[in-house]
Amino acid sequence: MLTKRIIPCLDIKDGRTVKGINFENIRDAGDPVELGALYAAQGADELVFLDITATNERRKTLHELVTQIAKHINIPFTVGGGIAAVEDVSVLLSAGADKVSVNTAAYRNPQLLNDLSKEFGSQCIVLAIDTRFEDGDWFVYLNGGRVKTDTRTEDWAREAVERGAGEILLTSMNNDGTKQGFALDITGRLSRNLNVPVIASGGAGTMEHFADVFEKAGADAALAASIFHYKEMEIPDLKNYLYQRGVQIRF
Amino acid sequence: MKTAILKYNAGNTQSVLFALERLGAEAVVTDDPEVLQSADKVIFPGVGEASTAMAYLRERKLDEVLRNLQQPVLGICLGMQLLCRHSEENDTPCIGVFDLEVKKFQSPGGNLLKIPQIGWNNITGLHSVIFEHVSQNAYMYFVHSYYAELGPDTTAIANYVINYSAALQKDNFYAVQFHPEKSADAGQSLIESFLKL
Repeated sequence: MLTKRIIPCLDIKDGRTVKGINFENIRDAGDPVELGALYAAQGADELVFLDITATNERRKTLHELVTQIAKHINIPFTVGGGIAAVEDVSVLLSAGADKVSVNTAAYRNPQLLNDLSKEFGSQCIVLAIDTRFEDGDWFVYLNGGRVKTDTRTEDWAREAVERGAGEILLTSMNNDGTKQGFALDITGRLSRNLNVPVIASGGAGTMEHFADVFEKAGADAALAASIFHYKEMEIPDLKNYLYQRGVQIRF
Repeated sequence: MKTAILKYNAGNTQSVLFALERLGAEAVVTDDPEVLQSADKVIFPGVGEASTAMAYLRERKLDEVLRNLQQPVLGICLGMQLLCRHSEENDTPCIGVFDLEVKKFQSPGGNLLKIPQIGWNNITGLHSVIFEHVSQNAYMYFVHSYYAELGPDTTAIANYVINYSAALQKDNFYAVQFHPEKSADAGQSLIESFLKL
């Protein structure tokens, strides 16, 4: 059976992990390669590296980092953050990334999804959507959640899949950072109605939240950052819990 | 002791090269027939579309080179599918080492099936020397929309709606539908066993 995936997300700035991560068993918690390798060893099913560097050096440092990650980590990983052109993706995939995620640039220029999927195949194109519930529905936000649009999340997700997105990474801004659980309704709506995998993000606080998003919302994968980084939850414990609950999981 | 990784227009060659380097193996990425023929092992990787890949291989006569290799060959993902007889993907005649048809996953009546299959799935019925250090039911990482049907050369089975060939072997040709280079320790063990053949 295909298993549900647990995906730690690492924010990267200038080639280093962001946030005050505290791990005693690795030498340099600011090193994305070492932290990623630790998660891989603990049983993470995939990794997401989200680059938030805003400098002109961005492309170069990201390319070097992706090469280092690919050299040292033996599970799949996705790279995202500011990707706007076919050439960006070409460089990252040839450096060893398995997938790339696109967000604002794809919304501004949806043809990018057609171009990327034709060039590289849908399987390596992840569409990230930041969404917020307001006035009775879920809407798409851009630029890291700073810019509101009038587009319903379900409409954009459906169009993106038709254009060639191979996976949807859905982050609920209402839930993100609350530790009160994932957004089950919108995650479920997308997961049930789209024929591509949906990765749920935002709101993970307890192991039960993961079970809920898999069992109740039918998510294919769940992504979390701070609960893993701050060791509020260990991946082996989470997987053991899910296994006991009867969720299909790799262990 | 050199392994040649076939360079062509549908390769995830970098990831395979890095996986071999992690094992300390000497490897080159090449499309030079002489280098391929003289290598101890050949790996035929692949992520991409069948007809474009076959056209590229035919144009350079690499399909013939591959078919006639005598040393151990490992096809990965699209590489495995191209070693079969024919693929439904754009109705593509393939290299034909394995007498199998490659078909597209179909949603079972009325139910939504997510295609491609992306993620970790378990493999069963393992019986090939490359699985010597891989446990029954081990999880491997798969990304694919097409699959090789079951046949006499099947050496591992996976299930996604239906049972299909997760691995094949015939003479010196080994092939896996999953990505051992991305399948954590289980995948690494498989590559290690292949390199020791």
